[in-house]
Amino acid sequence: MSDQQTDDAPLASSRRSDAPAELRETVAGGEGSTMSGRSVTINRPPAEVFAFFRDFSNLSQVMENVERIEVLDRTRSHWVVKAPAGRTVEWDSTVTHEEQDRLIEWAADKNAGIANSGRVEFEAVAGRGTVVTLTTLYDPPASTVGKVIAKMFQREPAIQARRDLNRLKQFLETGEVATAAVNRQQHEEDA
Amino acid sequence: MRALAWHGKHDVRMDNVPDPEIVNPRDCIIKVTSTAICGSDLHLYDHVIPTMQSGDVLGHEFMGEVVEVGPKSTLQKGQRVVVPFTIACGGCYHCNKHQYSCCPNGLPADNQDIARSAYGQEMSGLFGYSHMTGGYQGGQAEYVRVPFSDVGPIVIPDGVDDDKVLFLSDILPTGWQAAEYAQIEPGDTVAVWGCGPVGLFAVQSAFLMGAERVIAIDHYPHRLDLAAKFGAERLNFKETDVYDALMQMTGGIGPDAVIDCVGLESHGLAFDNIVDRVKQATFLGTDRIHALRQAILACRKGGRVSMPAVYGGFVDKFPLGAFMEKGLTLKTGQTHVQHYMPALLNAILEEKIDTTFMISHRMPLEQAPDGYKMFSEQQNEVTKIVLKPGMAA
Repeated sequence: MSDQQTDDAPLASSRRSDAPAELRETVAGGEGSTMSGRSVTINRPPAEVFAFFRDFSNLSQVMENVERIEVLDRTRSHWVVKAPAGRTVEWDSTVTHEEQDRLIEWAADKNAGIANSGRVEFEAVAGRGTVVTLTTLYDPPASTVGKVIAKMFQREPAIQARRDLNRLKQFLETGEVATAAVNRQQHEEDA
Repeated sequence: MRALAWHGKHDVRMDNVPDPEIVNPRDCIIKVTSTAICGSDLHLYDHVIPTMQSGDVLGHEFMGEVVEVGPKSTLQKGQRVVVPFTIACGGCYHCNKHQYSCCPNGLPADNQDIARSAYGQEMSGLFGYSHMTGGYQGGQAEYVRVPFSDVGPIVIPDGVDDDKVLFLSDILPTGWQAAEYAQIEPGDTVAVWGCGPVGLFAVQSAFLMGAERVIAIDHYPHRLDLAAKFGAERLNFKETDVYDALMQMTGGIGPDAVIDCVGLESHGLAFDNIVDRVKQATFLGTDRIHALRQAILACRKGGRVSMPAVYGGFVDKFPLGAFMEKGLTLKTGQTHVQHYMPALLNAILEEKIDTTFMISHRMPLEQAPDGYKMFSEQQNEVTKIVLKPGMAA
């Protein structure tokens, strides 16, 4: 396999072993040795999608394993993520670069115990709304915290990212997140 | 409440299950007044559709009275509605193109992985039809939670019998879409494989769309007779070589359009079908497509293949060469029910379409397990079973 990308594919879909390192160079404060990329089309203007996403406290409504996200200041936020046996794991994250209505880059602080950084881009597409592309870099789980993060990502961050993006789409397009729960109690147990 | 729950192959029971409640703002709850057993429910009964779980409540053809509404529902308590079996949001890219059965917003994100792996993308949620389509509780129950009630259910005027409008939920739009997908031109001959409810509605629809002749193919004499009532010519594949008959009836050209209303459990004694049966029975996961093979071989060159029939997985011996060399066009898909409901309701009210002719049995919901057994074992006489909660036995 060539050691340079020769096609027009998104870097996060590359099979080359040095692609994550190249991707890391493109994300401000980027850390993590494994990458995933997912995109979803949301039938809403970029300004609206960006505004919802940028207020991180909103994201617990669509991210399955996030209990809450506290906004500390303009760039810093505190993440509380569900762990097994009713426990939670917490860390701080910093916005390392952003462009209004276009992109946000972030990296977890060292206290996370595991590298976790990435970029989310918002691109207007005529007649279809906004393409949201989420690119994440992370380290495979080794430590205890890493295992919790693996659980958060259901062992496959790409799948979890897709689920979370689809919930984001559902919430912004319909005002609700789809559930097959027959009643409120079941809905809470599923959450 | 009481509901018909699936517990395994040929094992459905009336269970006590929790009552549904409003969960999301656009929900409503309906009290079911009529619900039918669909031919595709038999695919679940026969356990050839994956991702079923014990206790799943079945039923995707149902109607009833609105008894509770969420804050964003536009329905009112007391209204009578028919519910489309496809759960669609009404506002996404696909819904705006009226491709309602492609709407991803009613399918819980956790359930999307299965379809993503199997099909490349997720489909819409469906009521009572496995966990790949959302794991929603179905309508063969006393009550149902209906998502997106502001855009899905269609309100039925007072004084119109349930039996006339119930099939707007699935099979009437499905038969209509099948005929539409056959792109019928005046003077055309259309051949329809399978005279179950969808096939019978496809026959009726094809004539309404200007077909000169419709040829109906089945092996149940009673079902063929129902098709003949609408003017179709009958072919019984138990006593006739279907390909030879079609060639002679069409001057050696073949039907201009063919419609497969049979699907993944195709009957037939041909060798290819016997091999398919063995593979299906041993969970090698191939669908049985004998009827579709025959339809493709019979179809005239440059003709159209419409396929409303349900398929779930992979097929063997798909005659791709014949398909390509003859320049055929295939159009298929789950039905975009919401797209067809308003016009078809009008057609029913104006008595242009009759739907009640195919109802062979009406029974209390409590007898639903007997209904499944009858529908499965006596397909000649039993064309359609409508279940009524609260009906006296």
